[in-house]
Order: sequence, then C-alpha cells, then structure tokens
Amino acid sequence: MSDKVFMKGCEAIAEAAVRAGCRFYAGYPITPQNEIPEYMSRRLPQVGGVFVQGESEIASVNMVYGAGAGGTRSMTSSSSVGISLKSEGISYCAGAMVPMVYANMQRGGPGVGTIQASQQDYFQATKASGNGGFKMIVLAPATVQEAVDMTYQAFDLAERDRNPVLILGDGVIGTIMEPVVLPPMKSDEEVAALKQANRKWAIVGHSRDEKRGFLSPGYWSTVMQEEHCIQLDKMYHGWEENDVQVEELYLDNAELVFVAYGTTARIAKSALELLRAEGHKVGMIRPKTVSPFPVKSFDKINYDVCKCVLDIEMSIPAQMLYDVKLAVKERGAVDTCLRSGGNLIERGDIVRKAQEILSGGVK
Amino acid sequence: MELNLMVAGFGGQGVMMIGKLLSQAICDSTDYNVTFFPSYGAQQRGGTANCFVVASDREVGSPKPAVVDELIVMNDVSMVKYRNNVRSGGMIFTNSSLVKSGAERDDVTVVPIPVTEMAMELGSLKVLNIVMLGAYIGYTQLMDENLVLDCVLRLLGKKQEFIELNKKAFAKGLEAGRKAKG
Amino acid sequence: MEAVYTRTNTLNGNLLGFCPGCMHGTAFKLIGEVLEELGIDNKASCILAIGCCGLAQEVLSYDLATAPHGRAAAAATGLKRSNPDTLVFTYQGDGDLASIGLAETIHAANRGENISVIFINNGIYGMTGGQMAPTTLIGMKATTAPGGRDPKIHGYPLHIAEIINQLTAPVYIERVSCNNPANVRKTKNAIKKAFQNQLDGKGYSFVEIVTSCPTNWGLSPEKSLKFLEENMMKEFPLGVLRDK
Repeated sequence: MSDKVFMKGCEAIAEAAVRAGCRFYAGYPITPQNEIPEYMSRRLPQVGGVFVQGESEIASVNMVYGAGAGGTRSMTSSSSVGISLKSEGISYCAGAMVPMVYANMQRGGPGVGTIQASQQDYFQATKASGNGGFKMIVLAPATVQEAVDMTYQAFDLAERDRNPVLILGDGVIGTIMEPVVLPPMKSDEEVAALKQANRKWAIVGHSRDEKRGFLSPGYWSTVMQEEHCIQLDKMYHGWEENDVQVEELYLDNAELVFVAYGTTARIAKSALELLRAEGHKVGMIRPKTVSPFPVKSFDKINYDVCKCVLDIEMSIPAQMLYDVKLAVKERGAVDTCLRSGGNLIERGDIVRKAQEILSGGVK
Repeated sequence: MELNLMVAGFGGQGVMMIGKLLSQAICDSTDYNVTFFPSYGAQQRGGTANCFVVASDREVGSPKPAVVDELIVMNDVSMVKYRNNVRSGGMIFTNSSLVKSGAERDDVTVVPIPVTEMAMELGSLKVLNIVMLGAYIGYTQLMDENLVLDCVLRLLGKKQEFIELNKKAFAKGLEAGRKAKG
Repeated sequence: MEAVYTRTNTLNGNLLGFCPGCMHGTAFKLIGEVLEELGIDNKASCILAIGCCGLAQEVLSYDLATAPHGRAAAAATGLKRSNPDTLVFTYQGDGDLASIGLAETIHAANRGENISVIFINNGIYGMTGGQMAPTTLIGMKATTAPGGRDPKIHGYPLHIAEIINQLTAPVYIERVSCNNPANVRKTKNAIKKAFQNQLDGKGYSFVEIVTSCPTNWGLSPEKSLKFLEENMMKEFPLGVLRDK
C-alpha cells in the first residue's frame, strides 16, 4: 500500500517511460494527451533527458526518429488525428529499424472528430499505421496500472525488435486517475548500458575500423528491399507465437463471449459480472495485445454451446470485428455492441445486448 | 465501502478538486480500487464541469457510470441536468445557496448545504468546495475525516493562511453535514 | 613520388551514380575532406534527405540515416540533442528543405539547434524528373511548369538563406557555389566553418550551395555552368549573410 501513488493515466505513462530509461521525448499539443508532453517537459531534464516541443506532430516523430537512431530510448505521443500525421515517421522507424515507443490516446474521428474517448483508430493501429505494410506490437491497457506496466515493457520490446511499439489508449485511460505501483527506476548506469548496447547500429559516429552506423528506411536494390520485408515478416510471425497477451475469462461452456479491449473491456467486464451474478454463462476474451491478436483464445470457446461472440468496441463502424471474425473462423455467430463519437459505452448497453442474445433474439 | 459519486457544477467552483481529494484520500488510506474521472470538454473557462469517483473492492468498471449512487450538485443547472442519473435510494447533496430546483422525485434523499453562503462567512468563496467536501464526509461518514483533511492540506495551498482557511472550511462543512444527518 | 592529392577516405569507392556535371559529388568530396581535416569523420553522422542525394548512402563511409522527405532538420534535432558529442549535419536539396520541409527547416534554425545544414539548391526536383521547386527561377521550364515559372501562378523563387537570416538564433549563414575552383575552395571553407561552429557549441549554421542540374535543366554540363553563373547566381547571390 505504501508504494502506491494516485496518478493520471497520461502522467503515469510518462513516468513509466522515464523509469524504463526513456531519455528523449518530442511531442505536440493535442487533447486528450497533453499531460504526457507537459509531464515530460518537467521530468526529463531531472534525469538528464531531453524534451522538445516539436513544431508539429510530423517534426516530433522525426525528432524521435533521430534520437532513436542515436540509440536513445525515445518516445512520442498524440491522439488520433495527430497520430495520422506521425504515420510517415513511424513507417520510417519500422523501415530503418529504429526502436521507438509511441502512445495514441484515442479520441473521436474521422477527421478532427471529438476530444472525448473512442476506439476509432483500431485499423490504423493494427493494420496500417503508415505506408509499407509493416506491423507493430500494439498494447492496449484497460487500467492506469496496465498502462504503466505496458509502457515499461514497450521499450524492451521496441529495442528487442528494433521496431515501433504502440500504446493504444484512449481519452479515458489518459485522463482518469487511479492508484498505481510504479516500476523500478532504471539507474543512470543501466540507461547508459542500454544505450551502449545500441551503439553497434546507432548513427553516433564510428571509426573506420568499425562498421558504420547506417539506418536505411529503404534500399536502392529491389532484392535487398524484398529480403528486408521477408526478415520483418518472420519477426511478425514470431510475435504470434511468443508475444500475445490476453485475459481469458470463463470461456469453458460460455454461452456468450465478450471480446473487448482497453476502456471498453473494463466496462464489459463489469457487465459480465452482473450477468454472471444473474446466472448467465458469459465469458470474455480481452486482447491486451491487439496486435498480435489473440487468435488462439478463440479456439477455447465451445462453439456447441456458445450462442454468440460479441465484439464490443467504441467504434462505429466496428473494426476489431474483422479480427474477431477471422479468429472465430465461422464456427459460431458474431455480433456487435458499439458506441462512437466520444460517447463512452455503458454497462447497460452491453447488458441489454447480452440479454437479447441470451434470450434467443440473435441468430 | 462502495462509492459511486458524481460531482457537478460551474467551472471555477472547485468541482474537480472535490472528486480528486476524495479519491486521493481513498487511494492513500485504503486498499480499494478507486478511479477519478474528470469529465472534460473543449472550453478552458466557464461552462459546466463534472467528475466521477468510483471506488470498490472489485475492479472498477466504467469510470463514468451512467447511474450513480450519490450526486453532489453545486449549481442549479447541474441539479436539473443530473438529478435523474441517481439510482433509486441514492443521495443528492446540493449547494442550497444556488440550487433552488428540487429533485422532483421522492426516491432519493436530498441533503441541502448552503456552501456558497458558508464559504462567504469564512471570507473566501474559493473554499466552497472544501466546505462541501466536509459536509459530504460529515453526512456519509464514508471514511475517517482526518484522512480526508490530511489530503486537503497536502494537496492544496501551502501558505499558512490557506491551511487555516481550508481547515476552517472543512470543519464547518463537517459540522453541517453531521447536523444534517441528525 | 609524393602524393599531393588523394581521394577522401570518407567515400568508400563505390560508384556515386550522379549525372555528369552534377555537383553532389563535389559537395560530398568537400564534406569528406573537411571531416578528415578536422579529424572528426569518426564522430560524424549525416541525416540525408530524400532525392538524388540519397544515392550517396552506399558511398559514404561515415554514419548516416535517411530522413523522411523534408524532415532532416527534425531528425537531426533529435539525434544531436541526445548525442551532443556526435557531429550532426543534414544534407538536403531544395525540394526537401525549401518546400516540404520548410517548417522543420525554419524551426530547427529558430531553436538554434547546434547542427550544420548543407543545402543544395539547383532550382529543380532532380530524382523525380525536373518538377518545379520553390527555388525555380522565373521563366525556367519544369515538367510541372511546362510554360516556365510564371509569378502570377507560381509566385517567386524562395530565398531560404535570406529567410533564415531574419531569425535571431542562427550563428552562420553563407551562400556558396561550386562553379569554379575558387568557389569550390570557398565552399569547403564554409563547410569547415559550419562544422567548427558545431564543435565549438556555437549553434546553427546554414550553408547553401547553389548548384546545377544539367539533366533536368536540359543543358550540357558546360552550358549548365554558364546558366548557373548568369542566372542562378544572380537570383541567389553568393556571400556571407551572417557570421556571429
């Protein structure tokens, strides 16, 4: 209890990043994630790190590209419409194999949308975060504690794979305050050692006896480009085996299975508890990584008794639905329960939909 | 303890701080899961403000429940807008200096506390939220009042004059809350 | 026999691949010589822009990364701020620096980043095939301005060095060319000064090299030189704009 602190989601993410050894952050104001750059502007100088307010999201992500290219654990963040602007730089990081972590505290869309929480960027986050068909590990926290733990882990994953890692939050995760236990602060020596380990590829200057640091987001040779894509693809497949994170609840003999991530998942879970208290056999799959998607969890559903797999999202049109359908493989019915526009999904919305399905209203 | 509270009022009435102080106190002194959600809009100034505090020994579901157990309204607009968001059997604490509308339902308990007037008696409108926080604790006995007061003193103004003022405001509210409970 | 002139070791011997008469090769040679003369090729890192200059990525023996189109100054900002001991310079063409990257260019200069920016201005897009650039001269034909640049439609050539000279932070701004041996020497000195400024922690230095593009200008290398001297250098006069 004593090491518990009460923190706002955005600030907790920023602090977790600093503790993970992040020493460079560049960002640009956009609601609802302003507390990340604000916190970083105070915190990073205290630990010898650098904060830069970029002149745009585009500049900010490219500053992170440069800092990451120098081997420093680096981060940026934004929300939805600002993330679109960052997509160029994120694709470059993926192409040139520059590790970086970024957070998207999703708001309503398309366009400027609303400033309230939504999950309208699922496709962008999991399918096409920039040009070129690259993939990323995308972590979707449902609580502030999870946001902290995932951010801390994200830097290790980014560095392991030399690839961007996305923290996919939303306006709720970013603005709520919850008790959190913060991970240990990496010492200056640990941070320096992490950076030193990156020196072999970082573009910090090498003597002529060493291999030069050369980060190329593209190749003049089509053969080399294809080989690069094949190597990346192998890495992506490796994630499916080793890096899926998921919470599974009551899948045995569930008559109804909820699928939800992030803020929606915590609300869905409260609906599940209410329904189970009434005796309904409701289970749940909560992807903690929406990429790689927990496909194998869907094999644990008993489709002989499951009436429906219910995709619950704060997005209209439904987006995660297509991953759910691919995982269900036409073994059972799939339906949706959706909100959009920055309106929070309500427990009542989910309970009503569930009761409708369980009473046999859905084919 | 289960808590499911909404606080609403004008921007500038310290609405967010009521929720923040209460949830901070719960975080500091209990093992409950607690979530504070400052509902936000685009305006930097003016307009209405509201926030939610949900605390539970289970995981907190929605940080912004559609139906709450308790509602604190600091102005009349919020009373009219949110009085039907309270569950049957719930409570509405009103700043009766400004809230003239009634609950217009008889399945909730209304606790009127004239916090604007009480704050003016103390010489500063700024502390009306602390008066309300005191009244809420005094009435509900949600938790040890000293734990909440500790938070008030720790998070708010460090100057001696503010510390004294906040102490007085909290005590005045506490007393009014206890009296209202009877 | 004593060797009085050798190729810079910062070029690894691979074919540069630039067109005849192009001055990118000269610029990279000069940069390399300066790095060696200052003894800093082991701590140099180049943020290379998109375009013809990218052809150098297989040729340079020092560290480099290619930035997204226009974003070199932002990437250099991130690299330099987190690695102050590395000598960081950008190498950008006019489409990159003056068009798509104008915001990044101006803001890095305005922040006074301790970096060196090498700007190659030949008034045209090279690799994409001769489209109009912000620095294209009035009347000069481009594949996207087939009738020539018309100020009524396209506005006027953008003078980046002069724009940067309006800012307070930059310490050194010079426009040079490589049209003759004397100017090549001046260009080398300008690059050296820009790098030395950075080593001394003085701040932002900007070196604009006015060059030619025989292929996309549709002129022979020799005629290109003449065009450069008679037209480009008239629009973009050489000289030191600032030396603090």
